[in-house]
Amino acid sequence: MGDLIQIVVAKYNYWIYITLMMIGLYAMIAKNNLVKKIVGMNIFQTAIILFYVSTGAKRGATIPILEHGHGAASHVFHAVDYINPLPHVLMLTAIVVSVATLGVALALAIKIYNRHNTLEEDEILAQIREK
Amino acid sequence: MKIIGLIIALVTGVLLIGATGDFPDWADPASPASTHLSPHFIEKTMEETSVPNIVTAVLADYRGYDTMYETAVIFTAGLACFILLRIFVREEPGDRLYRHLLTGVTVRVKEGMELPPSEDFERIDATWTPPDLIIKTVCRFLIPFIQLFALYVIAHGHHSPGGGFQGGVILGASIILLAISQDLRTSVRRMREKLDAVLCAVGVIIYAGTGALCLLLGLNFLDYSALASVLHCDPVTARSHGILIVEIGVGIAVMCTMIWIYNNVSSTGKYDEGL
Amino acid sequence: MIWELDLAILTLVVMAGIGAITVKDLLGAAILFGAYSFMMCLLWSIMGAVDVSFTEASVGAGVSTVFFVAAVFRTTRRTKD
Repeated sequence: MGDLIQIVVAKYNYWIYITLMMIGLYAMIAKNNLVKKIVGMNIFQTAIILFYVSTGAKRGATIPILEHGHGAASHVFHAVDYINPLPHVLMLTAIVVSVATLGVALALAIKIYNRHNTLEEDEILAQIREK
Repeated sequence: MKIIGLIIALVTGVLLIGATGDFPDWADPASPASTHLSPHFIEKTMEETSVPNIVTAVLADYRGYDTMYETAVIFTAGLACFILLRIFVREEPGDRLYRHLLTGVTVRVKEGMELPPSEDFERIDATWTPPDLIIKTVCRFLIPFIQLFALYVIAHGHHSPGGGFQGGVILGASIILLAISQDLRTSVRRMREKLDAVLCAVGVIIYAGTGALCLLLGLNFLDYSALASVLHCDPVTARSHGILIVEIGVGIAVMCTMIWIYNNVSSTGKYDEGL
Repeated sequence: MIWELDLAILTLVVMAGIGAITVKDLLGAAILFGAYSFMMCLLWSIMGAVDVSFTEASVGAGVSTVFFVAAVFRTTRRTKD
């Protein structure tokens, strides 16, 4: 039992991130409304970004901005004092790409609404099959 | 479809939770993600680029190639929104509505007739609603300060959290605030559509142009220490200045894309009243 | 890292996420998505990722929510599921 508690305490964060990812995946597959699907896509994206950023966390370390800024070119920095900055860099790109994708997805949804006058997927498919 | 979706999500979730058995413990300093390349970045950034913010240095200098293509992706998304939605309508035949600014009286002009050109009348649509006085005044006071803060965020990206993306988005948000608090025509009058599109491309050109300039001066593409001969300083400071120049390019591109997407989405391409 | 704060904000994040895809009003879904984005930003600040948190606050809880509200205004607000 103590072993199980140990595992839960060490890994519960990952389990909650996976729950968030699965909420986003379920919304993308199962919801009928197009805007709900787009919301699900964004939830999935931010949950993945959360997972990546969390791999850079370090216990007892500070934010990745070097202290002793000016005129300290001879000061030695230890990697154990600062949290890992590499996932942050990759995820900055991911966040901005996600908002760009959101803009294009909403433009497509507006075009579909102008054509079919509804945003529900089953009604759109019925209208396409009738033609 | 919902049952299938639920089963797929549950099965994938269980498989992934089973895979977390192999992960390192959360927030472990000895995890493999923190022990191969990132110690080099943490220890050597100050002496190679003299920029204290490690994330900005890695984003714009060590991984500058990725950031250049990301700026191109943002520009492409704005372009895609424009191509999907924009409708250039000829002036529709029919009655037009004008509003006299001083008294608030609405005037309907029949088709074929013309209003004498004067500053007192503004063009409105049938869906026009008067902007709320409190919101309009408060936003007019706030917008210059928001823009000033955005310029501070771009310029201070070296020493504090921030940089090109964040400052660019805040600048775009200030113009979107103008469009929301008053109406879209006011914001389009301040930031015209053609200028917006051209500036978006100029932002990408600044980034790629800096890289090409480094290539012309003899070193690799996007190796900013080549700028030392142009800027008359030592190579370490030249890298810091190179990072600032590309962050400005990124900020301009992101600002114009946010404004462009908002204009197209909120008016479905017609650029009439907006929200 | 204070684990009580971490757990509380994670719970709020999951609740906002489930709420955003369940409500029948699309404007409510857009606003709940803005709240979800902001809670994510707080999570990243707790973990020490200040640049990512700054970007998510301005992009997710700012511009992204405005895009959603603009699109919902231009299409329809009611949904059946």
